[in-house]
Amino acid sequence: MSALTPIRIFVPIDAAALSVGAEAVAEAVAREAANRALPVEIVRNGSRGMLWLEPLVEVETAEGRVAYGPVTEKDVPGLIEAGLIEGGAHPLRLGLTEELDWMKRQQRLTFARVGVTDPLSIADYRAHGGFKGLQKALALTGAEIVQTIKASGLRGRGGAGFPTGIKWQTVHDARADQKYIVCNADEGDSGTFADRMLFEGDPYLTIEGMAIAAVAVGATRGYIYLRSEYPHAHRTLQRAILKAEAAGLIGASILGTGHPFHLEVRLGAGAYICGEETSLLESLEGKRAIVRAKPPLPALEGLFGKPTVVNNVLSFAAVPWIMEHGAQAYADFGMGRSRGTLPVQLGGNVKRGGLIELAFGISLREIIEDMGGGTRSGRPIRAVQVGGPLGAYLTAEQLDVLMDYEALAAMRAMLGHGGIVVFDDRVDMAKQARFAFQFCAKESCGKCTPCRIGATRGVEVMDRIISGREVPKNIAVLRDLSKLMIDASLCAMGGLTPMPVLSALNHFSEDFDRPQLPLAAE
Amino acid sequence: MAGYPAWDQDSAQSIIAGLAHLEGATLPILHALQEEFGHVDPQAVPLIAEALNLSRAEVHGAISFYHDFRTAPPPRRVIKLCRAEACQSLGCETLVDELAQDHGIVVDGAAHGDAIIETVYCLGNCALGPSALVDGELIGRVDAARIARLCDHGRRDS
Repeated sequence: MSALTPIRIFVPIDAAALSVGAEAVAEAVAREAANRALPVEIVRNGSRGMLWLEPLVEVETAEGRVAYGPVTEKDVPGLIEAGLIEGGAHPLRLGLTEELDWMKRQQRLTFARVGVTDPLSIADYRAHGGFKGLQKALALTGAEIVQTIKASGLRGRGGAGFPTGIKWQTVHDARADQKYIVCNADEGDSGTFADRMLFEGDPYLTIEGMAIAAVAVGATRGYIYLRSEYPHAHRTLQRAILKAEAAGLIGASILGTGHPFHLEVRLGAGAYICGEETSLLESLEGKRAIVRAKPPLPALEGLFGKPTVVNNVLSFAAVPWIMEHGAQAYADFGMGRSRGTLPVQLGGNVKRGGLIELAFGISLREIIEDMGGGTRSGRPIRAVQVGGPLGAYLTAEQLDVLMDYEALAAMRAMLGHGGIVVFDDRVDMAKQARFAFQFCAKESCGKCTPCRIGATRGVEVMDRIISGREVPKNIAVLRDLSKLMIDASLCAMGGLTPMPVLSALNHFSEDFDRPQLPLAAE
Repeated sequence: MAGYPAWDQDSAQSIIAGLAHLEGATLPILHALQEEFGHVDPQAVPLIAEALNLSRAEVHGAISFYHDFRTAPPPRRVIKLCRAEACQSLGCETLVDELAQDHGIVVDGAAHGDAIIETVYCLGNCALGPSALVDGELIGRVDAARIARLCDHGRRDS
């Protein structure tokens, strides 16, 4: 390598890495390299997903990329001194990134490029296999693409787990002057960040998946509905769409085939309910995000009353790999009726949190204890919430359950969007149950009574239980209220809020058995 | 953290006119107005209604439904503090109590100098919490002292 060839140093631009100082680290590397006249090119990549090691700095060497982390601004002069640009020894040196245990244990299909490439570089995307799935799809008929997706066993990654191919089939078969592709990127569940990381680290993947869907069902317009809490992802996506249009990948003609696909990002406005597909559609139409009754299905009467494919980010993002490698190759991963891989997001009170993409079928314990290393606080794990604020709380004894839609459903839990939040032994599960209702009360769209009123009554019942007033009677009310919300709510918001509540009550009943608090003077 | 220009009906009108051709233009217009002025003034309601052929009630209904939209100018610094489950597991509620007790700063309360702290549910930084979004920048592993400093910083800059 000639002395003039710049050495590539990678400093993530992922929002999580920025949140712990990656920008200052990137600036320090640039400054120190300039001071020493070192030929360095700084690439702002996505995150590798080892979030406890962020900011994770990598340098490209003849042996592969060498990782250092977590790096602070102050560490940079010492790192450069120690020969960072040759992958030199330093206490923060972790070794070759690809050889790290966290990376080696994963099966990264969707996240294969995240952290590896320059997110906005189309050349980089292509060089790492980008657009191969789309090219294969363009040689097929819409019906053949739909058949491939069906055969892959891909199920909606937003939480409901509905077979993606069947949804596409419905839209494919519908006759209309206009069809839409809508990407649900309203990733509101606490404990989830896969969509955000994917948009910030490899934005073209979801765009490619949506373009394939458009070709498959005959749609010409698409929207990505992104939550406003993700300003970094928003910027990256907007730039990516402009670049993809300029390069002729989407827009007036997908890769010169004459099939138009106009794509826009639309920003949400801080409403959790917009993760529910019909309320998302209402919001895209510019209205209050009030849930619609189904039927009609969005596949037949969706956005502006037209046939619409609504899929989660991770569902679209799985599509290019499936088209490139074939349905069977994807279906070979996983277990039971859960085929392929799931990007798991490990967060909360955990020592090593981050993004882990694995075939379905690994146990929660392996993820939390082996990969996560237990709690960050070092205290015992007491509860784990899986699947976001509407997901169940599990006990430390229940962690041998496998990551699989049906296995979790069998224990009255759910996989949701693959978020796992760990709590240590200081958690008060009665307060967590109260929070579930409080959240529902704040975020309910208000259309159906069980959710709108039930959530508020739920907060009141939990307040009485927490203050020790007539606990057995109030627990009976709590169970009755929960049953009503499950049975009579219009959508998952009201229907699933009792899931965290009842799991807390059933598995952690000791927290509900409160002594009566002294009442204020009346 | 820029100060926002005062509400101006003419420039609001031209922002609305520039976006009215979009499908489902209401939210893009509301976001654009809030980005320009820091809030969506109630005076915008008839303008949007006229441009999009909607009733004023429909426009007002959209503005009031979404947590993001403000109808009055915000303080100079807005800190959005995550209080969802992942940040709860890392002590965000203790942080909220400490802010009140040690620094006299009430989350979702009145502005503290030129800063205001608002609750949000999840910023997607769940492995590095507690998290906050400060003037659009994400910060992780925050504690009460850092949030209080950020509030005071907002005040000094004004």
